[in-house]
Amino acid sequence: MAGRKKTIRYQGTVTVMLDLLAEPFTYPFMLRGMLAAILAGALCGGIGVYIILKRMAYIGHGLAHAVLGGAVVSFVLSFNFLIGSTVWGFLCAQVITLTTKKRKIAYDAAIGVVTTASFAVGIVLISRYKSFTRDFETALFGNITGVTAGDLVALAVVTGAVALVLFVAYKHFLFTTFDGDVAQFYGVPTGWVEAMFSLVLAGTIVVSLQVLGVLLIAGATVIPPVSARMLTDSFPRMLLLSAAIGAACGFLGIYLSYFVDVSSGATIVLVEAMVFAGVMVYANLRSRLAAIRQRETHTTPAPDPADPGMARPPEPIKTEGD
Amino acid sequence: MLHPLPHRHQTGAPLVEINGLSCGYEKQKVLNKVDLQIMRGDFVGLLGPSGSGKTTLLRAMLGAVDVYEGEVLVEGARAAEKRPRIGYVPQLETIDWNFPVTVREVVMMGRTMENRLFPWFRKEEKELADRMMKQLGILHLAGRHIRQLSGGQQQRAFLARALVSSPSLLLLDEPTSGVDVKTRDDVMHLLHDLNHEGVTIVITTHEINAVAVHLPRLAVLHSYNGAGRVLAEGTPYDVITSEILYQTYGAEMPVIHYEGMPIVAESPHRYGRNGGAEEDHSVSGHSHSHA
Repeated sequence: MAGRKKTIRYQGTVTVMLDLLAEPFTYPFMLRGMLAAILAGALCGGIGVYIILKRMAYIGHGLAHAVLGGAVVSFVLSFNFLIGSTVWGFLCAQVITLTTKKRKIAYDAAIGVVTTASFAVGIVLISRYKSFTRDFETALFGNITGVTAGDLVALAVVTGAVALVLFVAYKHFLFTTFDGDVAQFYGVPTGWVEAMFSLVLAGTIVVSLQVLGVLLIAGATVIPPVSARMLTDSFPRMLLLSAAIGAACGFLGIYLSYFVDVSSGATIVLVEAMVFAGVMVYANLRSRLAAIRQRETHTTPAPDPADPGMARPPEPIKTEGD
Repeated sequence: MLHPLPHRHQTGAPLVEINGLSCGYEKQKVLNKVDLQIMRGDFVGLLGPSGSGKTTLLRAMLGAVDVYEGEVLVEGARAAEKRPRIGYVPQLETIDWNFPVTVREVVMMGRTMENRLFPWFRKEEKELADRMMKQLGILHLAGRHIRQLSGGQQQRAFLARALVSSPSLLLLDEPTSGVDVKTRDDVMHLLHDLNHEGVTIVITTHEINAVAVHLPRLAVLHSYNGAGRVLAEGTPYDVITSEILYQTYGAEMPVIHYEGMPIVAESPHRYGRNGGAEEDHSVSGHSHSHA
């Protein structure tokens, strides 16, 4: 009797547990949020591969700040936020490129100048109008529960467009990213490729803002690709792996944030950071194991019976001068 | 290492014709009034001190400089207007060796602009790349990451990338800088073999004895009034002389001849920057203190 009662209670616990785990999926706003986090994670992860291989990790951080200026200007002029901010971000990237080309200013310094100035434009306008402090917080930290159907459509359209561009111009992007100078000698229109990349990057940042916010977007564009880089030496595999890590972390981050009740954008970045730490430990162990295995196979060779002298290392040659 | 048959370039219209070229970047003149002709089948070395415009001369043939005066014609067309079919091998030091690409992926980059509307490479292109890697002896390394190759193999991978676009001219920027003696020898023999198969080659180099004197033809550049110009041009025998080297580098360099090949000898180093005079002074001072 007692055993049977126990089983029933056990089954009840499992049902409750399952119900609890499935709970996030019953709210439409959570479903929209999860979908948005998966798309934004994959998008930032994919674009991030080009960012870190170009050694410009801070461009994502900078452009996210710059885009805020564009968003506020669009709002003040009552212009479409998505198009206005994307064009603004693209122009900022062009100004950065122009600054580094015309004068001998380092890329990171140019990012610092242009994007902070653009961010300041946004702050000035916000403090002047004072009407959207709540939206301001969303812009800084992201608000995944407020993702609308329209936001999702925008994310899906940009994700599709970026995937198409990276597929169609795959070889042009690869050569330009690997060695832009030489690609130019081989006739690759590197100027167009760079401009296209700026546009794609600005679009990615604008549609990801709702999910991750200005301050956290850099994590999503840098952590997945550096994690993927430790796992593979192949470019296409790194691209797919980075997008997959971004998507998985996006989902896991928002799913966990539902139970712990903390900021979803921050949870996504924290999950990515943990994945990075895990991958680093794994990569270290792997290279250490490989070194041990190599030592085992490459032991000193047994002396050759036909030529015993060969097993001995040659004596150092002494010169008369010493 | 001297090649048994110094290659004789073919007659006819020159492949590259540089007439009175003054060029540079951002209004800064780097080369001044350069004349140079490169025939089909030539193997030319550009020799000269740092800053004499060797790399800029290569870039001029690629149409990647601002031309202020004169012209560069490759196969009869202006390099700046119509992109010439040129294979370019950069200095190995400029490569990002941490970039995640395999040897095959690097070689295929040479085909980027051949079928520009297709996002993928065709079967014939992949076979061509395989043939090129086989010819250069690196086919078995095709799937390796570029960092896992030796210096000579790395140079071959980038040579294969240049050759896979079937260029009429091959340009190499200091192909022997930063590699050991054995690799340098391998690379130079490989280039000589390619040249004997009919590939026209132009390289820049700093190394007179190890590289320049083995080439059939040299152009010596030097800085004159702030811009580079061609000081002398011809066979190593004609060009590597004490007089020309003094004008080029501003230093006395004795030239000796060994089996018909000029060799630049270096006199033993002396203490004291200003050669004999200061050395005498320090020696006498030294002996004085002893006395």
